[in-house]
Amino acid sequence: MIDTTMLWTAIYIVMLAAFTGYVIISRVPTLLHTPLMSGSNFIHGIVLVGALVVLGLATTPLEQAIGFVAVILGAANVTGGFVVTERILQMFNRSGKKQKEGDPK
Amino acid sequence: MTDLSWIIDPVYIATIFFFIIGMHRMSHPLTARSGIVWAGAAMLIATLVTFLTPNLTNFALMAIGIIIGGGFGYIAAKRVAMTGMPQMVALFNGMGGGAAAGISAVELLGTINATSSLAVIGGIIGAVSFSGSIIAFLKLQGWMRPRPIAFTGQQVVNTAVLVLAILSGACIILNPAWIPLTVAMYLPLFFVLSLVFGVLMTLPIGGADMPVVISMYNAFTGLAVALDGFSFATPNYAMVIAGIIVGAAGSLLTLQMAKAMNRSITNVFFGAFGATEEAGLQIQGSMKPVEADDVAVILAYANKVIIAPGYGMAVAQAQQKVKELTDLLESRNVPVKFAIHPVAGRMPGHMNVLLAEAGVAYDRLFDQDEINPEFAGTDVVLVIGANDTVNPAAHRQGSPLYGMPILDVEQAKNVIVLKRGQGRGFAGIENDLFYRDNTRMLYGDAQETVGKVVQALKKL
Repeated sequence: MIDTTMLWTAIYIVMLAAFTGYVIISRVPTLLHTPLMSGSNFIHGIVLVGALVVLGLATTPLEQAIGFVAVILGAANVTGGFVVTERILQMFNRSGKKQKEGDPK
Repeated sequence: MTDLSWIIDPVYIATIFFFIIGMHRMSHPLTARSGIVWAGAAMLIATLVTFLTPNLTNFALMAIGIIIGGGFGYIAAKRVAMTGMPQMVALFNGMGGGAAAGISAVELLGTINATSSLAVIGGIIGAVSFSGSIIAFLKLQGWMRPRPIAFTGQQVVNTAVLVLAILSGACIILNPAWIPLTVAMYLPLFFVLSLVFGVLMTLPIGGADMPVVISMYNAFTGLAVALDGFSFATPNYAMVIAGIIVGAAGSLLTLQMAKAMNRSITNVFFGAFGATEEAGLQIQGSMKPVEADDVAVILAYANKVIIAPGYGMAVAQAQQKVKELTDLLESRNVPVKFAIHPVAGRMPGHMNVLLAEAGVAYDRLFDQDEINPEFAGTDVVLVIGANDTVNPAAHRQGSPLYGMPILDVEQAKNVIVLKRGQGRGFAGIENDLFYRDNTRMLYGDAQETVGKVVQALKKL
């Protein structure tokens, strides 16, 4: 059984995290949608951490094989997501300097 | 060796903090670049401290996996041209989904307990995100026909596969005695069905809707990661919180994109966009070609020019030439504005990114709602490699494009369309804008043709 305290803690966490995600996106101009999609794509690369734990605790060859593949996929998600986002944002940086402070909309 | 695992939780908390700061900074153009650096540093530290988790083995495999996957991701992302970014997002998102599905699989291979249901849900979402994103990648990359693939009874088949996947997932947990199968048999069945559903779900979706779909799979992967985080014996809250943030942000982003295209999510997934061609549609007139020199003259003496760029500009890497053209026209006191359709290119903001790269100022770029009333009073509209986003068929009932907001370029006095050839757009629909009396076609690679126009303008 999941104990009730843990269940409620989980619900608190989910609610606050969902709200955070909502707030981050809702104030964003359209032109940043692609970099942000790419950025959030990078953030869920945290799956690598879980894949590492799974592989580290794997005992049977099957578990090891799946864990190993998961680590490869997760690592590709992290580095690929980072480089893509970085490359997109690099362009913004250059032209962004010319822009005045304030809402870019 | 001293046990340093107490350090994991504080570091994960800091990681989450910096993820949020990073995403917050990414939501403003001025600070966006530093945002990804913050998030990247946090990710690196979180990955490193994870090695301190008690009782871990297989360190060599972990290192090899990180090197292979990380190396692939780095090289693939570095090598791809800017136009290829959307499919790279799809590819890496799919890989994240695959990793999440893999974690679920291993969790379910162990003892089945109360949190296993979370692993099952995470597994199906992750697997669908994986196979769906791969199909999206193949379509955008052009390794697969981008047109929707539809067949009769498709929705019945899809629903049946989904129901079977859910049922086999439920059997993993419940393992009902009256079915003579074991968990070891349900598991592969469950994942195969989930993967097949991801493929089936993405096949009927046309290229024009891909951004929405990728964004949705992005949210899916986030959700799968969060569920996997919960399914561990000791919940991994870094995964849970990061996953939920991506899930929520991604869902909202998906809705915003769909809204920008005036398409509902159900429509995107069940509409088989562009699959039907209007029957018996007769287009009057013919396509009238024009030379670069003439275009230069028309532009030089215009009162106002609006440029509507599309995917063709991105493919031809013409943004530098377009910027040059803009500067030349402005030196002749011809004001130039850019009309940016919400899904011009393959993703929202795609054009903004490319034009920003070329040095076009933000305040020159206008949303469709801002610019549409201006077309009627404009002398020349230059359509550079755009097609579906300027197709007047969107105003005609019965057209597969009907209802999609478009740039009303046909209201301008002159429309000049720069296009590679006479082919159709990504949605595969004939564009009668090209046949209008006030439209002239300038054929060729956009970088070359814009270059020719620039040369001709300099001589004037």
